[in-house]
Amino acid sequence: MPKRDDIRKILIIGSGPIVIGQACEFDYSGTQACKALREEGFEIVLLNSNPATIMTDPGTADVTYIEPVTPSMLEKIIKKERPDALLPTLGGQTGLNTAMKAFEAGVLDKYGVKMIGADHETITKAEDRKYFKKAMEKIGMDLPRSALAYNMKEAAEALEKIGLPLIIRPSFTLGGTGGGIVNMPGEFEKIASLGLKNSMISEILIEESVYGWKEYELEVMRDRKDNVVIVCSIENFDPMGIHTGDSITVAPAQTLTDREYQKMRDAAIAIIREIGVETGGSNIQFAVNPADGRMVVIEMNPRVSRSSALASKATGFPIAKIAAKLAVGYTLDEIRNDITKETPASFEPTIDYCVVKIPRFTFEKFPEARDVLGISMKSVGETMAIGRTFKEALQKGLRGLEIGHRGLDNKRDYSTIPEEKIRLRLSEPNASRIFYIKYALQKGYSAEDIVALTGMDPWFIDNIRDIVEFESRIEEAGRKGLKDLPSEILRKAKEYGFSDAQIAELTGSDELSVRECRKGLGIEATFKLVDTCAAEFEAYTPYYYSTYETEDETRISKKKKIMILGGGPNRIGQGIEFDYCCCHASFALKELGYETIMVNSNPETVSTDYDTSDKLYFEPLTFEDVMNIIDREKPDGVIVQFGGQTPLNLADMLEKAGAPIIGTSVESIRRAENRDEFAKVLKKLEINQPDNGSAMSKEEALEIAGSIGYPVLVRPSFVLGGRAMRIVYDEGFLGEFIKEAQEASPEHPILIDKFLEDAVEVDVDAISDGEMTVIGGIMEHIEEAGVHSGDSACVLPPHTLSDDIIDTIRKHTCAISKELKVKGLLNIQFAVKKDVVYVLEVNPRASRTVPFVSKATGVPLAGIAARVMSGKKLPELGLTEEKRVKHISVKESVLPFSRFSGVDILLGPEMKSTGEVMGIDTSFALAFYKSQLAAGEDLPLEGKIFISVKNDDKRNIVFIAKKLHDMGFEIMSTKGTHKVLSSNNIDAEPVGKISEGDTRILDLIKKDELKLIINTPSGPRGQSDMKPIRNLAVMRGVPCITTIQGAQAAVNGIEAAIKGELEVKSLQEYLAG
Amino acid sequence: MDEVKAKIVLEDGTVFNGVSFGAPGERCGEVVFNTSMAGYQEILTDPSYKGQIVTMTYPLIGNYGVNDEDVESRKPFVEGFVVKECSRIASNWRSRKGLGEYLRENDIMGIQGIDTRALTRHIRLRGAMKAVISTEDLDDESLARKAQASPGLVGRDLVKEVTYGEPFEWSKEGKHRVTVLDCGVKFNILRLLAGHGCCVTVVPAHTTAEEILGGKPDGVLLSNGPGDPQGVPYVAETVKKLLGKVPIFGICLGHQMLGLAMGGKTYKLKFGHHGGNQPVKDLKTGRILITVQNHGFCVDMDTLDRNEIEQTHVNLNDNTLEGYRHKKLPVFSVQFHPEYAPGPHDAEYLFREFVNMMEVSRA
Repeated sequence: MPKRDDIRKILIIGSGPIVIGQACEFDYSGTQACKALREEGFEIVLLNSNPATIMTDPGTADVTYIEPVTPSMLEKIIKKERPDALLPTLGGQTGLNTAMKAFEAGVLDKYGVKMIGADHETITKAEDRKYFKKAMEKIGMDLPRSALAYNMKEAAEALEKIGLPLIIRPSFTLGGTGGGIVNMPGEFEKIASLGLKNSMISEILIEESVYGWKEYELEVMRDRKDNVVIVCSIENFDPMGIHTGDSITVAPAQTLTDREYQKMRDAAIAIIREIGVETGGSNIQFAVNPADGRMVVIEMNPRVSRSSALASKATGFPIAKIAAKLAVGYTLDEIRNDITKETPASFEPTIDYCVVKIPRFTFEKFPEARDVLGISMKSVGETMAIGRTFKEALQKGLRGLEIGHRGLDNKRDYSTIPEEKIRLRLSEPNASRIFYIKYALQKGYSAEDIVALTGMDPWFIDNIRDIVEFESRIEEAGRKGLKDLPSEILRKAKEYGFSDAQIAELTGSDELSVRECRKGLGIEATFKLVDTCAAEFEAYTPYYYSTYETEDETRISKKKKIMILGGGPNRIGQGIEFDYCCCHASFALKELGYETIMVNSNPETVSTDYDTSDKLYFEPLTFEDVMNIIDREKPDGVIVQFGGQTPLNLADMLEKAGAPIIGTSVESIRRAENRDEFAKVLKKLEINQPDNGSAMSKEEALEIAGSIGYPVLVRPSFVLGGRAMRIVYDEGFLGEFIKEAQEASPEHPILIDKFLEDAVEVDVDAISDGEMTVIGGIMEHIEEAGVHSGDSACVLPPHTLSDDIIDTIRKHTCAISKELKVKGLLNIQFAVKKDVVYVLEVNPRASRTVPFVSKATGVPLAGIAARVMSGKKLPELGLTEEKRVKHISVKESVLPFSRFSGVDILLGPEMKSTGEVMGIDTSFALAFYKSQLAAGEDLPLEGKIFISVKNDDKRNIVFIAKKLHDMGFEIMSTKGTHKVLSSNNIDAEPVGKISEGDTRILDLIKKDELKLIINTPSGPRGQSDMKPIRNLAVMRGVPCITTIQGAQAAVNGIEAAIKGELEVKSLQEYLAG
Repeated sequence: MDEVKAKIVLEDGTVFNGVSFGAPGERCGEVVFNTSMAGYQEILTDPSYKGQIVTMTYPLIGNYGVNDEDVESRKPFVEGFVVKECSRIASNWRSRKGLGEYLRENDIMGIQGIDTRALTRHIRLRGAMKAVISTEDLDDESLARKAQASPGLVGRDLVKEVTYGEPFEWSKEGKHRVTVLDCGVKFNILRLLAGHGCCVTVVPAHTTAEEILGGKPDGVLLSNGPGDPQGVPYVAETVKKLLGKVPIFGICLGHQMLGLAMGGKTYKLKFGHHGGNQPVKDLKTGRILITVQNHGFCVDMDTLDRNEIEQTHVNLNDNTLEGYRHKKLPVFSVQFHPEYAPGPHDAEYLFREFVNMMEVSRA
């Protein structure tokens, strides 16, 4: 069946900002879909608020709306664009939910828009537990047994029927309180009765517990002729009970016999048919009881997902692209397999390697939260590794995670870990459990003990045991040094995935010597293809992974080639923005005729799509792994400045090993990053820097801080993303911090800067060809200095700075760029206080704001930078001056606090946001309002609001409160704030402290009656009385503004929104001027 | 445990060094690769692999051990088993023993530590090849000579080595009496026939048409089996005599036998189809089936009379013939394995069609 001809224009919804659980995999899938559908001649309209995506590039879709992903904005776009169809299955849960709400509001019917891929009924059947259960029962699927009970008698009957262990979930409670797992008969009555009491309607769901069962996922595709294929099976290393996004997962399934696997396959096919996903991909999860093989269905996602992105990267089968083509009428046999070219997509990939995905956590950013894992996802990124064995892939994955481990290594001495801690870390799922398995084995635990404690499959544990045993063989054989290590042992170590660094540690050598030694012995990495078919057919797409085997399959061309190093797993501070830059570099260099080689280990990204670059190496970003590729490919240039800090950290070693780093020199990077040298640079250029110093001891630190004057900004050196950075107001806190910093990074000095209170921060992105420097964009932060630039909202162009100041900033940027001989991108952070411009930081690399600036101005900075690095000059590229635009763009960050209960939401110098959104409009107020809406902060247009500000802000709050009052808001405020308001004739209701028993504010939040909170914290620790309010607000989704600048902007936005209706305008229209 | 060195050497002199994990000794056979990621136990016990050394493209084998149920015949028939890594332990609730132990008990050679992808690519590029696998002789040249001198598959009768010597009843109850001509039948064919309400009798490959018809079956199933269809002309002769007398359903070698019996010719494929992910289109319904395949030979559709015989199935990867039916007689067959084991169940409906055909014929 050929493609449908009843549709011409298709609307695609993106997933909005990167949040935990919804990351750049949806940029990958959305971009693929846009490309695939435009290839077929469809006109694509896109809605996505996330500027850091490739999909929102003006060239990806025909019409691009960077607007909040909300049903009302969607309606405006539909009204304006009149698409024929809406494809809701590519934008994650956000895309799906927004489409569903628009359907339910009658918008789709009103404008005659068809839902393609999956319709409303299908989505409801898959997503609503009740309907899903009914559908599964209809086709005879086994589900965890469950029953509802309304009293203890019914509960006891349910217990009888279901048996132990079971889970009790009270219905309608706040935040799932009062439920629990019942393992022992004695626990049942207590938990059940508590559950009944906690439930507002005295209802509990009693469900069979499948915690500890084996967990599997199948990625399924179906076309409109009802052909169904399974693209990939995934087995979770962590058993049921941990969100699959937080589990280590392995593809394909390892411990199922064919009989069991086929039973699961049959079930998956029956499920996708019954739910009625007409075309496209779905993800179906199963649990299997390891004791008797009983299989139950857990859930289904009727859309592309994180797992489908992983499955695509794991097999080479591009699920999103094919899903898009199926949605417009093609059948699987009509679509070609891109990799083999000759065979069709109607087959099931078979793989001849093992894939391991490991989640990346950032609990260190949220010290108040425990790193315990459960059913709510906590990880912020992931790395995927491919090896010929599980052992190899696991070790590659662990070093690709970039958390300091070089494999399954010995970062701490297992013998000193107390017994109870080992048992606890094994039995309670947590972020470092994989290492505790190793410690336990080293302590003499048997594999059976570990299986019993973790619930993991013995096969996984045995493989880890194999690694641990071989590690001691290496250590023993290498006791007399590396020279005496037999070559068979060294070869096998490499086959087992041991890194050179691990071997060095075990043999008392160093990484470079190990590398030299093994190369001398002819033990070199071989590269194999990911080809969907286990070599049964010729593969044309060069998608490689390294292993230690006998045959290497790389095809080395004679073309000029440039290698781009990606950013590895997403983490807070380094995410999709850098992947965006890497992709653009690749596109631009391809256009110039270079062969582009991408190296990255992040399966969620566009950069690891097999057709983004000419060649893809799916490898960890470590010196060893990158050098192995360089040895083989001998590229003419290696780009380190686009992938964030990860490749930059490798630059020095790579260059010393002979890698041709292009762009800004490694020497210049060092000058910018080294404090002393950087201070010299600024001094030479006569540019101001806040007073600063570095200290090795507490005494020294106190002395420096004393001479600079409090408050000071302190941080340990050699850490990333503002890690452990603090603003310190007095000696007492400084002492406390120093103790902490020295623990975190003992040999390194503590850096102390004068903190410029109330300064305005400014971010500048610029580009230079070594001779000429052009400003890409100047962004003024909305929050005052002290909030990490990644967490602060910012506006482009600046809206409060004078022309003189902006000129000074421009001059400084050009001077620094010239001095550092920047060739490529440059980011500088400035602070402006009392008309003095200070430089806070210079990063001679792509920054987090590059995609935002590119979207705001229409200048593709990253692509131009890549061209410059290859030797082009800016005038040749047509960029000689800063692009001025009339519209206003606001970037707002999105924070993950609702995932980490107990963590205070106050912003500070340590970055905590996971993603960002963009609001564009003709005025700052409207652009800001849109940015808030896009970030999920639903700024109210009426209702009750609560205001409590610190003394310094009391003068400024008056004007804000007056405006809110005049717009009809009812204001409640704490005593101090109330006094100021009433003395300025603003009506407000006074509220007492929670500690004094006044819980009115908490009650209003619970009842969803409070619409906005403005609370600026006083003193170094904020108002502790307000913490419960802020926390509850986050959990209940009430917007909570914690800076006076933010409040100001919000009030302007609310005012603008009340005055006039919000309009939508496409990026293409804005950029056309 | 000390590692026992083992080698596999191809007739073109290509050498792969590994470590034994099965029985010691020396065996020759044709090397083929199988792309199924699970189901090694079924593959080992599939009699169609007689005369062949099987390389698994999936590198991690033996993970779930060996159980009592997933067997496709009375014993493993492969000449040798080649993998990247055999699991040290067996992890599955049904497992009874480890794979290595099972191979040793059954005197089957297993070799691990092989770059099975390199071996697979070699076969894909150069075609299926004779080879020797050994733990006794580790001299490359000597082994290459032995490989060259080995009999290979072409023209050989391997069926006689795998067929049961005596007829036997698989299931006594059932609406339809089916006689299975056993050229190396997989148990799942018998299980599925029984499951579809057939009373199943299995007869040896050398059984004559008269003997078969004497049992008054409602239908005859021509089973799968090893090697070259042209090596067993007596079976094709038998089938010729059955045509028009009884409904016939052929599977794999049975399909090729039917082709020869209907006047067609077979040819050897470069490296065959062995795996569980081959897309086949049912030309009648347009439906795509993900099928299980295991064959090195193929029937040439152009050698058959298209007035009498209609192609029903085609392989979407290489457009080879996957099934046909006789336009007038109740006869059909498929090149792939509708009985799966191991692999997807997509083509199981053909057993129902066979039953329907028997019902129609009887009426």
